[in-house]
Amino acid sequence: MHMTHDAALGINLLHANQEGADHNRAHFDQWGITCFNLMSSPGAGKTALLEKTLAALSTDLKIAVIEGDMTTELDADRLRQYGVPVIAINTGRSCHLDSRMVAGGIHRLQHDYNPNQFDLVLVENVGNLVCPAEFEVGEHAKVALLSITEGEDKPLKYPVMFREADCLLITKTDLAPYLEVDLSQIEANVRQINPQVTIIPVSAKTGEGLDTWFTWVRSTVASRQIPPVTVPI
Amino acid sequence: MHETDMTKALIVTIRDWWESQPEKTRISKVHLIVGEFTCVEPVSLQFAFDVQTRSTFLEGATLEIQETPLIAFCHACQQEYRPEVGIQYACPTCRSPMDDIRSGRELKIDRLEFDCPDPSKSEEHTLCT
Repeated sequence: MHMTHDAALGINLLHANQEGADHNRAHFDQWGITCFNLMSSPGAGKTALLEKTLAALSTDLKIAVIEGDMTTELDADRLRQYGVPVIAINTGRSCHLDSRMVAGGIHRLQHDYNPNQFDLVLVENVGNLVCPAEFEVGEHAKVALLSITEGEDKPLKYPVMFREADCLLITKTDLAPYLEVDLSQIEANVRQINPQVTIIPVSAKTGEGLDTWFTWVRSTVASRQIPPVTVPI
Repeated sequence: MHETDMTKALIVTIRDWWESQPEKTRISKVHLIVGEFTCVEPVSLQFAFDVQTRSTFLEGATLEIQETPLIAFCHACQQEYRPEVGIQYACPTCRSPMDDIRSGRELKIDRLEFDCPDPSKSEEHTLCT
């Protein structure tokens, strides 16, 4: 007779990834770094947003970028022009970054630079609206991008990404006059799924909305930094 | 197909647990609980699992997936409701946004079944945790 016995586990399927993400976050915390995970479908404008962000903020914030791309370093090369460390991670055939890949990036950051100098690490995930939402990499906030050319229904069709996001950038707003797209409908669809998310419409081309995004970045970084203890003389 | 990566993550999680056990008994069945509001498609997961476990410590193990529905709780109406995934997530009664999710986000390895080499042990139906 075939006999079996059981073990009740009750652990998350992604437990191993989650442990890695917690480990990465502990490193960031130890170095006083805030980490954002940028996610969107391919072509929503993550790299363009990063370019504008690095140009505007890298004078007062010390920033490094961890750049996930399936095969090339094209995006990494674009960002290196802004004079910040860009660590490229080729994910091969994997369609998202996981915590182990980002750990590799963190170790390179640690090895090649003094990690204590950084305030902010921006992780650009692989372009994909589905699985990056489930794989934490050690970030303190998730930033999702949705370009207006993708249509109002995307938040309803790919709800997990929009549910998980702390901040949503609706990108390419400069194209609105040429499209039959209802910006308020996009916002309403996102709000149905995630009432707490900060929504910022932006255009990397015209600069519309970017100041609001920069303010969000600065205030999120500042809110995590513990002010130095002042010792009375 | 991102279930390939999801399966890889599942196998790593089970392997980490299995290697921490004093007795390496063969795993015959993996019971998963997969919520409706996740990025996992059970059919694809099943296929990926069969392919990726070949020639591993999970060779021959089967995967049993229990799906859980998306259930939200509306604070305004003080009641649970079933959002229509892909169509409507707000409360059907008062249109409040989906706030609390009560079920549907599960991605859980519920339990494992093992072949028992020693029939006398299995008769006790030992729970190994």
